[in-house]
Amino acid sequence: MTLKKTLLASVIGAVVAGTTLLPMTASAETLRIGYAADPETLDIHEQLSGGMLRFSHLAFDPLVRWTKDFEFEPRLATEWEQVDETTMRMTLREGVTFHSGNELTAEDVVWTIERLKESPDYRAIFEPVASAEAVDDYTVEIVTSEPYPLLLNLATYIFPMDSKFYSGETDEGSDKAEIVKAGNSYASRNVSGTGPFIITDRRQGVRVDFKRFEDYWDTESEGNVTDIVLTPIAENASRVAALLSGGVDFIDAVPPNDLDRVSEADGVNLIEIDGTRIIGFQMNEERVEAFQDARVRQAVDLAINQEAIADRLMRGFANPAGQFSPEGYSGHNPDLTPRYDIERAKELMAEAGYEEGFSVEMIAPNNRYVNDAQIAQAVSNMLAQININVELRTMPLAQYWPEYDTRQSDMAMIGWHADTEDSANFFQYLTFCFDEETGAGQYNYGSYCNEEIDTLVTEADSETDLEKRNEMLREAEAMLYEDTGFIMLHWQNLAYAAADGVEAEPIVNAIDFPYLGDLVINRSDD
Amino acid sequence: MIAFLIKRLMHAILVMFVISVLAFAIQDNLGDPVQQMVGQSVPESEREEIRERFGLNDPFLVQYARFAKNAVQGDFGYSYFYREPALEVIARHLPATLELVFAATLIIVLFSVPIGVYSAIKPRSPISRLFMGISIIGISIPVFLTAIVLIQIFAIGVTVTLFPESTGWGAWLNDFFSTEGNMPSFGRGYDLVNVVGNWDTNLATWNGLQHLVLPAVSLASIMLPLFIRLIRAEMMEVLQSEYVKYARAKGISMRRVYFVHALKNTMLPVITVGGVQIGTMVAYTILTETVFQWPGMGLMFLDAINRADIPLIVTYLMIVGVIFVVTNTIVDLIYGLVNPTVKLTGKPA
Repeated sequence: MTLKKTLLASVIGAVVAGTTLLPMTASAETLRIGYAADPETLDIHEQLSGGMLRFSHLAFDPLVRWTKDFEFEPRLATEWEQVDETTMRMTLREGVTFHSGNELTAEDVVWTIERLKESPDYRAIFEPVASAEAVDDYTVEIVTSEPYPLLLNLATYIFPMDSKFYSGETDEGSDKAEIVKAGNSYASRNVSGTGPFIITDRRQGVRVDFKRFEDYWDTESEGNVTDIVLTPIAENASRVAALLSGGVDFIDAVPPNDLDRVSEADGVNLIEIDGTRIIGFQMNEERVEAFQDARVRQAVDLAINQEAIADRLMRGFANPAGQFSPEGYSGHNPDLTPRYDIERAKELMAEAGYEEGFSVEMIAPNNRYVNDAQIAQAVSNMLAQININVELRTMPLAQYWPEYDTRQSDMAMIGWHADTEDSANFFQYLTFCFDEETGAGQYNYGSYCNEEIDTLVTEADSETDLEKRNEMLREAEAMLYEDTGFIMLHWQNLAYAAADGVEAEPIVNAIDFPYLGDLVINRSDD
Repeated sequence: MIAFLIKRLMHAILVMFVISVLAFAIQDNLGDPVQQMVGQSVPESEREEIRERFGLNDPFLVQYARFAKNAVQGDFGYSYFYREPALEVIARHLPATLELVFAATLIIVLFSVPIGVYSAIKPRSPISRLFMGISIIGISIPVFLTAIVLIQIFAIGVTVTLFPESTGWGAWLNDFFSTEGNMPSFGRGYDLVNVVGNWDTNLATWNGLQHLVLPAVSLASIMLPLFIRLIRAEMMEVLQSEYVKYARAKGISMRRVYFVHALKNTMLPVITVGGVQIGTMVAYTILTETVFQWPGMGLMFLDAINRADIPLIVTYLMIVGVIFVVTNTIVDLIYGLVNPTVKLTGKPA
């Protein structure tokens, strides 16, 4: 045994200690990508997921898209104006062609919006949109049922589809437009978008090949990638190795343990971005009476050292949070910083009559968020300091959500990214009083309920004066902070890595959709 | 012979049946496939609709009866992720795995027999001791680590700076221990040759073979030491036996004694163990394929588990069960060829 260990240690030691990494060679203007996942389907409305939206940005273009600083950038829509409280008029870019050769018109946009309203995944998000109408070939009017301030946020999800291409019947007699979940539909096998890349070959789970669309409208884009080969590499260590060995040029989701290794390696560059996904804990008030007491909830928050988790456990790969909204979001309130004060936490526990503490069960996933199981372990240990004994269970993602849905534990970990890139979304899903009818508080694990906050956020969501709206959301964040309805930990960062010459920094963003159409590759010929 | 094969066929059917029942019984613990199919903000009512459409709400027996009815007709259900019949998905991934297992088996046979025989004939030579030492380490290192170390050394490359660069010998040693990398670290490569149907082979091109080397070596690393030791032990035992002593006394050349008389009897137990181990190796491909992103059945299975792709999981398990039965049958047949005293009959001899 000792022999084995010594030999093993020396092998690893030799590999790790005495080594630096060698440069690589690569071919010109073909971008070889190693993402953790490949697109699940080719029908962009079949599933709302990060992988699908990344694919949407390759083969399609949105009406508008987010910049790095959360501003809107015109894409297929060049101008927009609010005609009245509920109507927005958008002007479309002229001379845009689909991959099929058809020209983009307002009809396609209307068709796409109507299809979005049919999609199980997008239906809820597009609920505020009442109708869309083509005024002329290049003008669309989108009408909401009530004044709705986030229509442009929704427009980032409108990737116009080629309505002529997707209309009619297949040889088997099924509708080309139909959305079939995990089924074999026409749209899940065939694509015609306006985007910079066309799929040339696809073997699901193995690789996807793209080539640049010759008639792409955005001729001003400096992007010079002509071909893309996307290989899904789910295993973190293998993905990093693929980049370091020169097998791929660009990877996503660099794991925190490899950040140092990648940033020190020759020939590759690490790109770290502040993320917008909040990681936190929910306390189940239905099961634990103590959690109904705001003092106990605050004590839990005070006992957790967010800074330490972000610094040490996450090795700086996260920003400690005291609220839902990351910087740049409408409701971000700079006054709300993480709290940590063990003495005060103990006092609060005593005031609430729980000096002796109590025991709780906690669940957390072990392969969903960065270092999720370790974070849960750290939090358990921190809570022991105020006499809350935590019995932790961690499980893989596929089992976590069904377990989460039963709400049969006392504390649960959750990470949330707002689909709308807006503060109100966090409240609506995570802390709104649970209502099965309306779907409010769908992920409110602990049945936390503060009607004042709910009312304020609901009002904000029909307030079209954005200044006023932001003020209301900041207020809501402050109220939640005070009432401690959710234990915030941090916003998890994003990390990409690219080979030398692949200028990925300008085209990646906190939303996690790299705009590869604009990617420039400068390979020196040495 | 025919009775034997029929009996094995019945075995296979029984195995498939038992596995399918077990796989179905545990599916509730595999997770909720609908969760993987929808976005986070999809309301519960929509999810319920999808669950209903896939028949996931039906009681166990109803679901199983539906599956069994289709399965007897060769329809093993539809993979949720691939949106294709599960059997087709597996058929597409099978060649990659079989090629990997074949390459690993080849490495094992090519190395274990000569090394095993040599260290049995000359148990005290330093080379034998070296081989035995290495094989102990080989058995102890998990395949995952072997794979990562192989990638670091041969794909990423290492530059050794342990020795003083200024001296001639130091520079030479540094140079000697440094590797350039350049071996492919993932996938099957883009230079595959289609043989027939969905069987694309890595064995026909240089680039394909390069991609195959590291995964095959790391897969072989688990079994190779085992076989070296097995062959050595068996061979040493055989060399002590009366008939070998007699053959030597008779004056037959040592080479003939070792390779004709002794080796034949050494191989009998090795073949038995080998057959079972090839089945096990199919299971080990899960790890190897994951590290090397080798698009075979193992990787597909692991992904299917992560996605709770139940039809694919059930079908995979059944197919693997069949592979075990088939390899065991082949082993028994070969056994009969090598050792004619073994009779293959339906009844115990």
